[in-house]
Amino acid sequence: MTYDVAVVGAGVVGCAIARALARHPRLRVALVEAQDDVGQGTSKANTAILHTGFDAVPGSLEARLVREGGRLLAAYAAESGIPVEEVGALLVAWDEEQFAALPRLAEKAERNDHHATGLIGPADLYEREPHLGPGALAALHVPGESVICPWTTTLAYATQAVRHGVDLHLNSRVERASRQDDTHVLTTGRGTLRARWLVNAAGLYADTLDRHLGHHDFSVTPRRGQLLVFDKLARDLVRHILLPVPTALGKGVLVAPTVHGNVLLGPTAEDLDDKRATGSTADGLALLREKGRRILPGLLDEEVTAVYAGLRAATEQDDYRISAHPEQAYVTVGGIRSTGLTASLAIAEHVTGLLTEAGLDAGSARDLEPARMPNLGEAFPRPYQRPELIAADPEYGTLVCHCERVSRGEIRDALTSTIPPAGLDGLRRRTRARAGRCQGFYCGAAVRALFEGVGE
Amino acid sequence: MSATREVDVLVVGAGPAGLAAAARLAAAGVGRVEVLDREQEAGGVPRHCAHGGYGTLLHPLTGPAYARLLITAAERAGAVVRTGVTALDWAGPLALHTVGPRGPETIGARAVVLATGARERPRAARLVPGTRPAGVYTTGELQQAVHLYGQRIGSRAVVVGAEDVSYAAADTVRTAGAAVVAMTTDLPRARTAPARALDTRLRRGIPLLTGTTVTELVGHGRLSGVRVRHHDGRTATLPCDTVVFTGDFVPDHELARRGGLTLDAGTRGPAVDGSLHTSRPGVFAVGSVLHAVESAATAAREGAHAAGAVLERLAGAERHEGVPLIAEPPLCRIVPNRVTPGDRLPYVLRTATPLTRPVLRVTQNGRLLHRERRWTPTALPNRTLTLTAGWTGRVDPKGGPVRVTIS
Repeated sequence: MTYDVAVVGAGVVGCAIARALARHPRLRVALVEAQDDVGQGTSKANTAILHTGFDAVPGSLEARLVREGGRLLAAYAAESGIPVEEVGALLVAWDEEQFAALPRLAEKAERNDHHATGLIGPADLYEREPHLGPGALAALHVPGESVICPWTTTLAYATQAVRHGVDLHLNSRVERASRQDDTHVLTTGRGTLRARWLVNAAGLYADTLDRHLGHHDFSVTPRRGQLLVFDKLARDLVRHILLPVPTALGKGVLVAPTVHGNVLLGPTAEDLDDKRATGSTADGLALLREKGRRILPGLLDEEVTAVYAGLRAATEQDDYRISAHPEQAYVTVGGIRSTGLTASLAIAEHVTGLLTEAGLDAGSARDLEPARMPNLGEAFPRPYQRPELIAADPEYGTLVCHCERVSRGEIRDALTSTIPPAGLDGLRRRTRARAGRCQGFYCGAAVRALFEGVGE
Repeated sequence: MSATREVDVLVVGAGPAGLAAAARLAAAGVGRVEVLDREQEAGGVPRHCAHGGYGTLLHPLTGPAYARLLITAAERAGAVVRTGVTALDWAGPLALHTVGPRGPETIGARAVVLATGARERPRAARLVPGTRPAGVYTTGELQQAVHLYGQRIGSRAVVVGAEDVSYAAADTVRTAGAAVVAMTTDLPRARTAPARALDTRLRRGIPLLTGTTVTELVGHGRLSGVRVRHHDGRTATLPCDTVVFTGDFVPDHELARRGGLTLDAGTRGPAVDGSLHTSRPGVFAVGSVLHAVESAATAAREGAHAAGAVLERLAGAERHEGVPLIAEPPLCRIVPNRVTPGDRLPYVLRTATPLTRPVLRVTQNGRLLHRERRWTPTALPNRTLTLTAGWTGRVDPKGGPVRVTIS
């Protein structure tokens, strides 16, 4: 069988593209992923922010797609039950040089169509953020910056795509890609796959796949970001996303609440050459703690619930690398960095447009059935807080993971969902089971028993 | 909101401390004593401690047998033990929101006893760098996996720590059919009975790497090794598929914090006086949430002791403010940590550094209240140090903080 389109890479961008293509019933679409779950690369380990795009490079493709994507995703999240909290951001100036940069950032926001930023003085700043460390001079308030659940987003796209006929091929690393008789032939770890059109959304490996097709437009340098997640008891320490004023060295370390009710500190920015270097380091963690102590001193007294490191797909260019190669029936979606989550729906629209311009006959489009995702957000009622749900099914009142208050009903639902988890990490991203302060001390064995199907 | 159901005493947590408090209260004739536990089975941590060391010298028990004994005692006395019910948050000064399979319920009480226990700090909280592979345990998770669920845990394990709980973890690893590659500790020697350390090393052939820090976990998917650094700078990778982080207990103080109870800086648990009364009138705290962790026997003794104070409270006694009781370095904590004249519960302390022939001095505003020589030649970190309470009658309730120092 030959697919009409194969999308390589089931990260947030690949899943969004597959979902967009699923709107066309006549297309047969394959979503091909090397790992055992969707969103296993860059998508699972980011800062979980839904950006307004206020600080993008004005006029760039990224600026446009982030701006449009942010609006699309906010609406999509509301429809799908993806938790989003519009907390707003504060770009905090800690010295004169940073203070002097704030008006320029406000101006840049204007050029990015963000007209609501405002400079606030120290009194207002400390009233908004009473636990902020001493010595902040001022801040630029950026309303509209939000926090979002990155895992639910990716999973919602993939779920909708699969429910509308997309074939998801997990554990199918593309080892070779060639073209025979106007057909792409993908040799994967689980067999050969044919498709008339190919979309490269392979993230960290987009350059490798691009080279298989004969292109040498960019190379991906993994940029590692290490992050610390603090316990829910720290959540009251911070109200906004606290951003540093960007410097030549990068965007710097931020402190942000998460929709799951935690506090995030990170990321580092380390350019590496190993695309598997997703480990944290002693130096990285020490740096984060030093920065965190300055921004929010009380944070360091709280328990750390997770340490993780993600790799962003940085290239030698500052902008996304999205290009169509009509003669090869091929579109590359490369260089999608940390803003990819926000921009994902707009990237998918853009890529669909490139495909049809290049000659893909997609046929008519339909509206997709919304995917209603389980809520992992603390700002919305969780199952244990819904008496009507528990009355209908007591399993939602039977808590297994106590730190995160995850019920047996939610774990059961995840295990029987459209895209069930392949392991305990996948289950954690779907339910938050074992994601809390005890990291499984209390519930680890019970959760594993449920996963392995021997519990009760 | 659901209607409030009233009981006389609500105990949160059905481990040794909570069950002992409930048993004593019910036996004393308190009408409605209810114990909540969020787990499906009551008993607390001893449920999954398959080893001995519980009970008394004359009547030794394993953890599970001890747990059953306590549950039976509480229920026979007339307390109601409800499992699978989580106390979520406070609904008032002496009322809690709960949830269970039968839905939400608000329970009010004339007194509340917090017995929420403690847990080991997991790998993330210890900031051990590296990847995030499978095969990383705490002792608590390991014991449940092996003893309650019969799960496979891998074949080669490194145990991080060399105190009693670490040796229990090593035993559990072996019960599960896996080998212990090594035990590691950043201290210069094991913190357990010398006979046990020797037996483990010589008879079972498990090396103990002292002065050794775990610097990184290695492996994608499944753990493949643990990198360690000796204090002299040498490094090595220990190939293994399982690692158990043991000890480093922290109180499970979520309810105490959500209720705004005053916490003690040394223990991070709720601050309590000699009646184990917290900063909120009518709310008591017992067991490992006060001092993570002491023995189950200490926890049970506190449960029974607090029951006496709860009874006085139900009879109309007021809470005494008392004065702070501070353990000065190298001591790192003391429980109880407030003192009222006439308090009778012996104090449990810990030291941060090893002490030789320690003499404890208790002073208030520079005035010596008490001097006590320990009968043990040394006091070690991770080991309990006790102080009698016979001196509390000399405390000036209007004076400054009482200090415990080492001379």
